[in-house]
Amino acid sequence: MGNEFVQFSLTPMLIGILAAVACALPGNFLILRRQALIGDAISHVVLPGIVVAFLVTGTVAAIPMLLGAAGAALVAVVLIEAIKRLGRIEPGAAMGVTFTTLFAAGVLILEQTDTSSVHLDVEHALMGNLESLIWFRAKGWGSLLDPVALAALPDELGRIAVVCALVVVLMIVFWRWLKISTFDEGFAQAVGLPVTAIGLGLVATAAVAAVAAFDAVGSIIVIAMFICPPAAARLVTNRLEHQVMWSVVFAVLSAVLGYVFAGYGPLWFGSQNAVSAAGMIAAVSGVILGLACLFGPHRSRVGVGREEVL
Amino acid sequence: MGNFLSALLLQAGYNAALVATGSALLGFAAGASGTFLFLRKRALVSDAVAHATLPGVGLAFILMVALGGDGRSLLGLLAGSAVTAALGLLLVEWIARRTRLSEDAAIGAVLSVFFGVGIVLLTVIQTMSAGRQAGLESFLLGSTAGMLFQDAVVIAVGGTLAVLATYLLRRPMTLVAFDPEYAAASGYDVRRIDLAMMGLVMAVTVIGLKLVGLILIVAMLIVPPVTARFWTERAGRVVWIAGALGGVAGYLGAAISASAPALPTGPIIVLVAAGLFLLSLVLAPARGVAAALLRHRRFQRRVHRRQGLLALARSEPILERYTLRVLRAEGLVRPDGVATEAGRAQAAKVARDECRWDIARQVHQDAGLTGRYDGLTPIEEVFTADEIEAFDSRLGGPRPVGGLA
Repeated sequence: MGNEFVQFSLTPMLIGILAAVACALPGNFLILRRQALIGDAISHVVLPGIVVAFLVTGTVAAIPMLLGAAGAALVAVVLIEAIKRLGRIEPGAAMGVTFTTLFAAGVLILEQTDTSSVHLDVEHALMGNLESLIWFRAKGWGSLLDPVALAALPDELGRIAVVCALVVVLMIVFWRWLKISTFDEGFAQAVGLPVTAIGLGLVATAAVAAVAAFDAVGSIIVIAMFICPPAAARLVTNRLEHQVMWSVVFAVLSAVLGYVFAGYGPLWFGSQNAVSAAGMIAAVSGVILGLACLFGPHRSRVGVGREEVL
Repeated sequence: MGNFLSALLLQAGYNAALVATGSALLGFAAGASGTFLFLRKRALVSDAVAHATLPGVGLAFILMVALGGDGRSLLGLLAGSAVTAALGLLLVEWIARRTRLSEDAAIGAVLSVFFGVGIVLLTVIQTMSAGRQAGLESFLLGSTAGMLFQDAVVIAVGGTLAVLATYLLRRPMTLVAFDPEYAAASGYDVRRIDLAMMGLVMAVTVIGLKLVGLILIVAMLIVPPVTARFWTERAGRVVWIAGALGGVAGYLGAAISASAPALPTGPIIVLVAAGLFLLSLVLAPARGVAAALLRHRRFQRRVHRRQGLLALARSEPILERYTLRVLRAEGLVRPDGVATEAGRAQAAKVARDECRWDIARQVHQDAGLTGRYDGLTPIEEVFTADEIEAFDSRLGGPRPVGGLA
C-alpha cells in the first residue's frame, strides 16, 4: 500500500467513489418517484450523444462530448414525454421505444464514421476505462503536496469532482422542495411549488451526473449506482435523510470493494490479470442490494399480510 | 438500389438470404410474444431479461472450455444465457413481490448487476488462452457476418415454438393483462401466467442474441407491439399485427443492411421498426396524431357553427373571425356578416332546439337522456319524433301578447 497504490489505484478509486456518489444521490429521488429506469434510458442515449458530438467537432475532447451527451439525454426525455402524450402509451413502453431507437441510431452512426483513429467504440462506452485513469506523475503519498504532480492528475477526476459537488449543493439547496414534491405532489402543487420544473430539474441533474460518470466509468456503473445503493438504503430505513446517508455509504462501499476485488481479487486466485472494475463495482452493489433484500429491517411493504410475505 | 432490390428478393448471396429469412422469423416471434408483456404494462422487464443473458454466455463459455470443449458451440452458449436470464427474471419478480421496492427499481437493479457480472466474466475470458478469439462481444450488438445455417434453424425452431405458445396461451394472458383480479377470481394462477409471459420473452431474447445482440433485441420486443396497438383495439389482433410488423422490419432491415457496407443489421432492423412506429403514430386511423388533429378541427368547427347560429338567432353581432368564416363557407351569412335566408332558417331551428331541450329537462328529470345535451348533438339523435312533438306542444306556437305591440 505505498507508492504503487498512489500511482495506480488512488485516482481510479477516487473517480469511482465520486461517480458512485454523484449518481446515487439523485437516484434516491428517482427510486421514490418510480422513475428508476430514467437512469437506464439516459445511459443508453449517451452513446448517440457522444457520437454526434464527435461528428460535429471531429475530436474526442471532453467538453463537446459532455454537451453532446447531455443534449441527447434532454432529447430522449422530451421524446419519451412526447410519445407518452401523443400516442397515449404507458411510460415504460415509451421509454423502451425511445432509448433502443436512439441507441441503434448511435451504433449505426458509429459504424458509418471512421473512428478507428480515436478511442470511441461501443464496448468502451459500456464498460468505461476506470483502470486506465492512473496518475503517472505520482511518486508516493508525498505527491499529494507536489503541485507539478497534482497538475498531471487525470482530467476525469476534476470533472467528476465538480459534478459531484454540484449534485450535493443542488440537493442541499432544493432539499425541502424535492422532499415535498416527491412524497406529496398534490400538496406541493397546492402550496405553489413548481412541481413540473422540480421533476425536470431532477432528471436534468441525473443526466449531468450520468454523463460525467459515464465519461470515466462507462454506463454499467451509472445504471447500477442510480438504482442499487438507493434501493438498498430504502430497505434499511424509513427516514429520507437516513436513506440518503445510507445510499452514500453503500455507493462508497461498492466503489471501494468493487475496485479492490477487480484489481486484487484475481491475484488471490492465482491469476495474473485484473478483471473489469466497472463490472465488479456493479456486482458488489448488487450483492449489497441482495443482502438488504434479505435482511433489511424495513424490507417488506407496509400493510402486507403474513401469508403474503411467507 | 439494385443491391437493395436483389437483397429484397433473396438474390444477394447465401448469407444475405439466410440473414433476411432469420431476421424476418425473429421479428415475427419477438413482435408476437412481446405483445402481452406490453399489454401488461411491463414492457421493460424484457430489458432486464436481455441484459441478464450476458453472464450466462460467459459462464457457459468458461464451463465448456473447462470441460475441454472449444467453448463456441452456439447451443451451449444459448443454454447458458437462458439459465441466467431465467434467474434474472425470477429475481425481478421476487424483489418486486417480496420487498417494498417497485418493479422498475427491481428491473434496473437486475439489469445493471447482471450486466456488470457479465462484463467481469468477459474480461476473465479475455485472459484465458482459449478466450482471445471467442468473439463473445458480438452478443452485445449481434453479428450477421458469420451466420450459419444452424443459427437460422435455431431461430426458426425456437421462434415457431414461441409463437405457438403465445397462440395457445393467448386467452389466459389476455385476461391477466387486462384484469388480473378477475383472472385470479376465476381460478387462473396469475403468477404462473405472468412467469409464462416473461418466459416467452426470455426464449425469444435467447434465440435472437446472436443476430441482433442483447441490447437491441429489447427494441424488437417492445416497438412492434406498441406500433400494432395504434391500428386496433382488439388484443387478439395486436398479437398478429405486431408479429407481422416485426417480420417486415426484420426482413426490410436485413435487406437494407445487405445492400451497402457499414450498415450493421441489428441497428438497421431497429431503425426500420422505429420508422414503422413513427408512421403509425402519425397516420393510424383512430389513435394517430393526424386523426386526432382532424377530429379536433371538426369539433372546433361544429362548436363555432353552433355558437354562430345561436348568436344570429339572438341578433347578436359575430366578432370571432373563425366563426364568420365557417358560416360564410356554408352560405349562412353574407360577407358583411348579415344572415342569409338559409342562415336565418338554421338559426331559428337551433334556437327552437334550445327551447325543446329546456322542456325536455323538465319532462325527464333524471339525467339519462338530457345528460346527453352537449350543445352540439342534434335533439333528433336523442329523442324520437313523437317525443319532440310532445315537447313542441308544451312549447306552444307564437301567441298574441297584450299591449300595443
